[in-house]
Order: sequence, then C-alpha cells, then structure tokens
Amino acid sequence: MPLLVCQDLTLGYEGKAVIKNLSFEVRAGNYVCIVGENGSGKTTLMRALLHLLSPQSGEIRFSDGLTAHDIGYLPQRTEAQKDFPASVREVVLSGFAGKSRSPFLSREQRSSAGQIMERLGIAPLASRSFRTLSGGQQQRTLLARALCATGKLLLLDEPMASLDPTAAHELYHTIEELNRRDGITVVMITHDVHTASHYATHILDIGSTPHFFGTVAEYRAIGRLCGCGEEAENDA
Amino acid sequence: MHELWLTLTHYLQYPFVWRALAVGVLIALCSAVLGVALVLRRFSFIGDGLSHVAFGAMAIAAVVGLVDNMLIVLPVTVLSAVLLLQSGERSHVRGDAAIATVSVGALALGYLLLHLFSPSANVSADVCGTLFGSVAILTLSRMDVILCLLLSFLVLMAFVLLYHKLFCVTFDESFAAASGIRVRLCNLALAVMCAGIIVLAMKLVGSLLVSALIVLPALCAMRLRHTFRGVLIASAVISVCGAIVGMLTAILFSTPVGATVVAVDLLFFGILSLVGMCRRS
Repeated sequence: MPLLVCQDLTLGYEGKAVIKNLSFEVRAGNYVCIVGENGSGKTTLMRALLHLLSPQSGEIRFSDGLTAHDIGYLPQRTEAQKDFPASVREVVLSGFAGKSRSPFLSREQRSSAGQIMERLGIAPLASRSFRTLSGGQQQRTLLARALCATGKLLLLDEPMASLDPTAAHELYHTIEELNRRDGITVVMITHDVHTASHYATHILDIGSTPHFFGTVAEYRAIGRLCGCGEEAENDA
Repeated sequence: MHELWLTLTHYLQYPFVWRALAVGVLIALCSAVLGVALVLRRFSFIGDGLSHVAFGAMAIAAVVGLVDNMLIVLPVTVLSAVLLLQSGERSHVRGDAAIATVSVGALALGYLLLHLFSPSANVSADVCGTLFGSVAILTLSRMDVILCLLLSFLVLMAFVLLYHKLFCVTFDESFAAASGIRVRLCNLALAVMCAGIIVLAMKLVGSLLVSALIVLPALCAMRLRHTFRGVLIASAVISVCGAIVGMLTAILFSTPVGATVVAVDLLFFGILSLVGMCRRS
C-alpha cells in the first residue's frame, strides 16, 4: 500500500504553473531521490507535500495513518541559525513542539530524543551550542529533530549542501541505515544524482518533460544517469 | 557615601518608591524575556514601531480627556501590532517600510493633535513626559500597580505556555510550519504580548526608549550564554538588575528615570562587548 500518492499534480504560484501533471507514488520503505536542475520546482513540490502550498490541480493523498504533519522535514539551514543561541538538545527537542497538545514535553519525549541523539552519534554534543558545530554535526542535529517529528517518512531538502565530502558520505550512510534498518521511508531532494543513485531505490526527475519516475535501474537504462554522473564528478 | 546611603534609606521609607520599584522590576522582567524572542525573530523593529503608535494613542487619549488613558492606548497598540504583522507577511517588500511609515506617522500626528487640542497649558512637558518617561513612575496609583501585575502575569504565563512552540518557530519557521505549528498564530501571540509590554513600559521609560528595554538585555545575554534557556534567564537577570540600579540612581541623583535605566543597560552592553572583544583577540 502506498504511503503517499500524487496524482496529476499541477503546482505553482499566482496562477503560474511550475510543475505540470506530475504523478508518482511512494511506498513504505522506499528511498526516493527528487532530481532536476534549479528552477525545475523541487522546492515547490516539497512545500506542497508538506501542505505549505495547495496544488492548483490534482491531489496529494497520504495513507497508512500518515498526515502531512507526520513528515519529518529537514529544511535547508537558514542564515538566522548561524548566530542563534541554542543547544543541540534544545534544537532536537523542538521536533516535538508541533506534536503534543500539552505545552510541556513529556518524560517519554525527552528520553526518546535522547535515544535518537544516541542513534545519530550526537549525544556527546547535547549541551554544545548549535552555532559552534561543524556543518555535518548541524545536519545530524536537524536530522534528529526531524526524527522526533516522525517515525515513518523523512523529507530531506538538499541535506548535503555545503558539506565537505567526508561529512556528506557519513550522512548518506546514516540516512541509508535509517532507511534499511529502521524502515523509515526517505524522500530526498538532491543535486548529486550520481552519488544518490547508490543509495536510492527510486528516482523522480522533474527537470525534464515528460517527468521520469521509476527505479534506479530503469533510470540507468534510459541513459540519464551517466551524463549526470560525469557532471557531478566535474563539480567535485 | 554614607550620605547617599542615608538618602536612599530615607526614600525607601515611602510606599510610592517601593511601588515604583516593583512595577519597574516587573516591566524589566517581561520586556527582557520577550525581547529575546523578538530580537532572534528579527522583529525588534516592530517593537519600535509599536511604541510610536502607543504615543499617538496616548495623544488621542489626552485630547479626548480620558482619565485612564490605558483604555485607549492598549487596544490601539494591540490592533496596530496585528495589522503591522499582517502587512509584513503579505507584502513583497517585507514589513520594514510599513513599520517606518506607521511609526513616524503616529509620532507626527500624535504631536500635532496634542499641539492643536491639548487641554493642558504645558504641551511640551506633556510630550516630553510621554516620549522619555515622566516622573509618573513615582506617582503610580494602586490601580496602576494592580494592572501592571495582571498584565505582566498574563504575558509571562503566555510565554511559558508557548515556550516550545515559540522556540521552534523562532529557530526554524519552515520546519515549524511543516510540523503542524500554526506559525501565524504564534507570531500574532508574540506581537500582542509585545504590544502589552510596550504599553506598560511606556510608564517607566517613555515611548522613545521602550525598544531599548526590549533589545539591550537580550543582546547582552546573547554575549554571555549560548543556549536559548540560558539567554532567557541571563536577559531577565540583566534587565532586572539594570532597572533596579537605574531607578535607585535616578532617585538619588534626581535624573530622569527612563533615560537612567536605559543608560545602565547601555553600560552593561558596552562592558560585555568590550569583554567579548578582548576574549576574541
């Protein structure tokens, strides 16, 4: 049973469509990479999945008891966060803020946040200030926050942006583990389709018309992967 | 030194001095706590704009001849807070131009109104008092103290209840919206709390200096602490100390209360900046 279905989706701002007639579905346990060049509407699609933007036509359906607010979202880091005074623990715990009716956090929530930090290897950093962390550690913290908000579906917006190769590799590895071992469904926006294709099960390419949605093997078969791979290596 | 101490104990015998101190401490506490959220949210200017609106409302109240001008000032300021926030969200140029317009507009019209229709003979003294805080802080009635207690209790309660949501929204608005927090409602709550505090704080430091009380303790605290909770606590402590020291100094040397409190806060900020610079180099 699919976790998330998008049917004939048309998205855009103020009457101007950015994405037209997009259909795809994500099943539990999938690892989907959304690729496409800048301006192809990756972020627009992500906003729509999060219910921050309503579709001009078509529909987005969640099933299996999932709602848009059960998605663990990892947005791109913002300028304001660079000098924001907050400890790692405070940032991670804020993942629960939208979940509970009560204004205070429960003991279970605190202990599960502790486990998640342990799991992502940031438990020793819990009292450190977020702004003093390295890029990779910051992304792990934000990933832990996203995991507090969900146990089912992670939505990652270019998580590797501005990370050095080692940190990016480690983060890919962690996300793969969350997907394979804990069965968390992953939807990731990325530029680097070459590396992503090593980890992903499916590719959604919205940079071309018609849009492509299928497994990595199918994507490779139509010959799209090699070109992008070279590009990625040149970038590196 | 001994003489100063005698003067101080002499003044502390009067209940009006204690009343003023209590109100000053409460205002300092609330403005410091809210200030942290406002500064981090990049909303400091809304505080500044609102204080000028409050001046305009005060002028209207004076012209109409209301005995208790809170009746007009509080609703008008809260309403402006809501409107400013909405315009800031909707327009493409962000809210800063709107805020600048509203704030100078309210200032000019308020002064004009007072000048044309003021019932009192000494307009400039009235204006000066409203802008820079008057000696009014020393002539607080029982009612004023109760109102202040009530408002600051409400603001602090709201802040405690919204703490986690406010942190989440302040740190990362898009994540907060995605995880189901009603961001606009949070912003609204913040703006309304801000309006309440500004109206209160006008009595202490006057409408031109209100934003100093909101911004300075938060900035000081951010140089000292590196967690959100730590910054909140430090900001509250610094602000309360500043208010007490400032008010006692003002009483002892008969300087204007508002300006003295702000000067003490500025002194703290200067010292902390210097220490920070020395540590870095």
